[in-house]
This record gives sequence, structure tokens and C-alpha cells, in this order.
Amino acid sequence: MQMELFQAIANMSGANFAQHLVNGISLGSLYALIAIGYTMVYGILLMINFAHGDIVMMACYFAFFGITIFHIPWYITFVGVIIATALLGAIIERTAYRPLRDAPKNSVLISAIGASFLLENLANYLFSGRPMRFPNIPLLSQNISFGSVQIQAISFVIPVITILSLVVLLHIVNHTKIGMAMRAVSKDYEIARVMGVNIDNVISTTFIIGSALAAIGAFMWGVKYPGITPMLGVMPGLKCFIAAVIGGIGNIKGAVIGGFILGLGEIMIVAFFPQLSGYRDAFAFILLIIILFYKPTGLLGEKITEKV
Amino acid sequence: MLKISDLVVSYGGIEALKGISVDVPDGQIVTLIGANGAGKSTLLRSIIGLVKIQSGSISYNDQTINGLNSQKIVQTGITLVPEGRRVFPNLTVLENLQIGAYMRNDSEGIQQDIEKIYKLFPRLEERHWQMAGTLSGGEQQMLAVGRALMCKPKLLMMDEPSLGLAPLIIKDIFSIIQKINKQGVTILLIEQNANMALKIADKAYVLETGRISMEGTGAELLENPEIKAAYLGKKKHK
Repeated sequence: MQMELFQAIANMSGANFAQHLVNGISLGSLYALIAIGYTMVYGILLMINFAHGDIVMMACYFAFFGITIFHIPWYITFVGVIIATALLGAIIERTAYRPLRDAPKNSVLISAIGASFLLENLANYLFSGRPMRFPNIPLLSQNISFGSVQIQAISFVIPVITILSLVVLLHIVNHTKIGMAMRAVSKDYEIARVMGVNIDNVISTTFIIGSALAAIGAFMWGVKYPGITPMLGVMPGLKCFIAAVIGGIGNIKGAVIGGFILGLGEIMIVAFFPQLSGYRDAFAFILLIIILFYKPTGLLGEKITEKV
Repeated sequence: MLKISDLVVSYGGIEALKGISVDVPDGQIVTLIGANGAGKSTLLRSIIGLVKIQSGSISYNDQTINGLNSQKIVQTGITLVPEGRRVFPNLTVLENLQIGAYMRNDSEGIQQDIEKIYKLFPRLEERHWQMAGTLSGGEQQMLAVGRALMCKPKLLMMDEPSLGLAPLIIKDIFSIIQKINKQGVTILLIEQNANMALKIADKAYVLETGRISMEGTGAELLENPEIKAAYLGKKKHK
């Protein structure tokens, strides 16, 4: 194994490595954007929003309909997809989670799984299970040549958009009134309520922000991996959940770090051990097991003390 | 005036409050003393709308407030300094004060009130940029009081402000309670530290396992032999 690794490193030119690095960073960015949705919802409601991956899938279909069916320019569709997906997230919260606000946590979890199945089957019914092609956006999907290697333009766009989104997100969370309320609710919702914070608004806002970020991720995901199916969201959803756990669920920076570790790790494993490429998806799960063994609260997670 | 009549509250089939009536007249300090599990915190939690009541009524200035959500209740001018302080540890001291004014929109007035709180508790100004979780217990209690004052309450309810604090700091807290009261804020104080509480109270109630067992002025209860024996650690016949 070690010999093979040395062999692989020796065979890899600097340009090749740069290509893998760019791909790893852009995949990591996508994971990070989607993982934030999991971690924010968990931070506030202490529940895992299993429908989050399917929200990503729906965003891809929204983009497909906007560009391919209705011929709306892609940049307008992009904005429309963000709005529609944010709305979808808020509707799911309103219908599937809010009525269970005072119910045991397990009920909400089951409701989340139900919402996930509903979205998958709804997509299957409405759009058919036949894979569709994410609209081609030449500006983003063109290849840029660097000597012997070619890298898709989207791979450079993704990290930039991700960083911009993170800057906006951190500004909202750390420097606005609603962000302050979100942080307060995540620590002590009862006292936040006594301060006059409207918990329902804060939770809706959390879903809107998480879903909007997922929509941004989904759009770029579609450009990079253009096959759309109703089950498209399952694997990225699982992996981004794992990314959130690895970083420390409830912690936004942790979700970003977890996303990058997963994205880079996956790409690099395939790059250095081409014979292991079949196990690419297993990487996330193995990493999850290792983290749960040695640091169950995640890399940036705090120790959770149950209130009695 | 806050008027509570025949209030019954149950938790999972167990009656925590078995029909109690309490009046809190404007401008006074009213205290409620009682042992652990007597139902003191339950009373405050039901006034602020965190606990659903089973029967009875709670009214504030002739408006029935039981059944309203906490947000609406806070709007009527009632606020709570919760047991164990419960400042937001992941917010700075300044943000904790700002969130106390969450429902206000007058940024100038809020700024002025923050200055006022800083005058009352200079320690909070020194540490305004720190995360509240890094403050000492006494400082957290000051912050919890300051945070509650930020919504300009007419009635301030305090749940065991002396809990777990050093005697000197308890003295400070009680003198601040009196200071706040002199500025026109009605106080409903819940305490296990009966001695301190009764000394500053205009009116006092004793709560025993969900029932009011005694009421009177603070001075009266301080002199009552049963109270002396049960809560003040003095012998009954002396």
C-alpha cells in the first residue's frame, strides 16, 4: 500500500495535483454550504432535518424548470431558485415541524423522515424517475486549460460564491438582531421567549437561511454533476450531515470545516488510490465512525450538558 | 396590580399549586418564601406564560393574562429574572442587555437605558465585550437583573436572586432591588433566604407544598414564631 502511494505521488505532476486540489476544494465548498443547513437547524431545534438533502434535489429541479423549460436566463433563475427553495424550507418547517413543537423529539425526527420521503416521492410523481440533465450553462461549465490539465470554470466559481455566502451568513448571525435572537434561542429558548423573542419567527428564519444556502449549493452542484433524479439529494444529504457531525453539530464554522475535510478527503483518496475509487462514498462513513469514537462532539463541538 | 386568584397548576398529574391567591400592589416589594418544591418557581413561570395553568386566573391591571403567550405578557410590562440567572452564555454582556430590549424599537432610548444599567452595575460596563458565560456568579446575577430592566418593566419578578452567591454580594443584590423599587418598579421576589427577603418586603406570603400558609407584612412575618422556627433557624419558644 505504501509503495503504491509513493508510486502514485511520483506519477502525479504538480498540475495534476492542482487539478485535484481545485476539485476537492469545490466539492468541499458544496458540502459546507449544505452542511450549514443541518447544523443551524440542529443548533436551534435539536433535530436533524432529514428533508434537507431533498431540498437540494428540489432546488435542482427548480433550476431545470426555470432554464430548460421556461427559458429564463440562468442568473435570474439562480435568484429565483434561491427564493423558491427558501420558501419550500419554510413551508416544510411550518407544516411538518411546527405542529410538533411541544411533542417528544422522536416525533419530530419521524416527521422529518416523512417530509423527506414525501419530497422524494412527490418529485418522482411530478418529474418522473427518469434522470434529467441539469441545464448547460456554457459560461460556468466551460473548461479552462492550464497546460496539460483542464479545469471546469465552475470549480473556481464555487469556492468564491461559498466564501461570499459565508461572509453574509456570519454577518447575519453575529451582527443583526435576528442573528442575536438565533444565538440566544439556540442556548435557552425559554428565556429567549421571556425576553419577548418570537421563537417561531426565529425558527422560520433559520430554515429560510439554511434552505437558501442549500439552493446555492444545489445550483452549483447541478452545473458540476448534471444528472438530476428524485433521489439526487440522498447521498449529498447524508454526507453533509456527516460533515456537520464531524465539525461539531450546531457549530457553523464546524460544518464548514467538516465539509472541506470530506470534500478534499474524497477527491484525494481517488487521486492517490485510484484502485480505491469504488470506496469513495465509504470514506465519509469511515471518518464518521472514527470521529464518533474519538471525539463524539465533533472537532469544534462543545460538551453538551443536559439540563435537569 | 397583579392579582392571582385560586391558581391551580399541575405537572404530569401532580398539583404543584393547589389554588393560591396572591396580590402584588403597584410600587411595593412583595415576597414569597418557602422551601424547595413548595411551588415558588412554578408560580412565576405560570405568570410569565411558560407553564399552562389548570384553573384560576392571573390578571395584571385588570387585564387577564393567563393564556397569553410570553411575548404578549412581557408587553404588558412584566418581566422575569429567572432562577439560576440563565444569562445567554454565548452572547456578550452588551448583547445580553440588547436582547432584554428585544421588543423595543427606540434605539436611542435603548442606548440611554444601557448607560443607566452601566451606572447601576459598573462591572457590566467594564466587561461589556465579554461572553456572559465567562462572568462570575454575582456578575451574571447583575447581568440578569440588567437584562430584565432593559424592557422597562413595571413589575419585576425575581426567582431566588441570592442563590449560590456570597453573603456580601447578596447584600448588594438586595440593596439594588430596593433601589430599583424606589424608581417605581414593583417587585415580586421569591426567596429561600427568608431573613433578607422579609426585611425588605412590604408584603409577604409563605408558600408550603402548593398552598399559601401565611401572609402579612414583612415585619409581621419576621416576628412570627412559626416562621422563625421554620425559615429563620431560630428556636420557637424563647
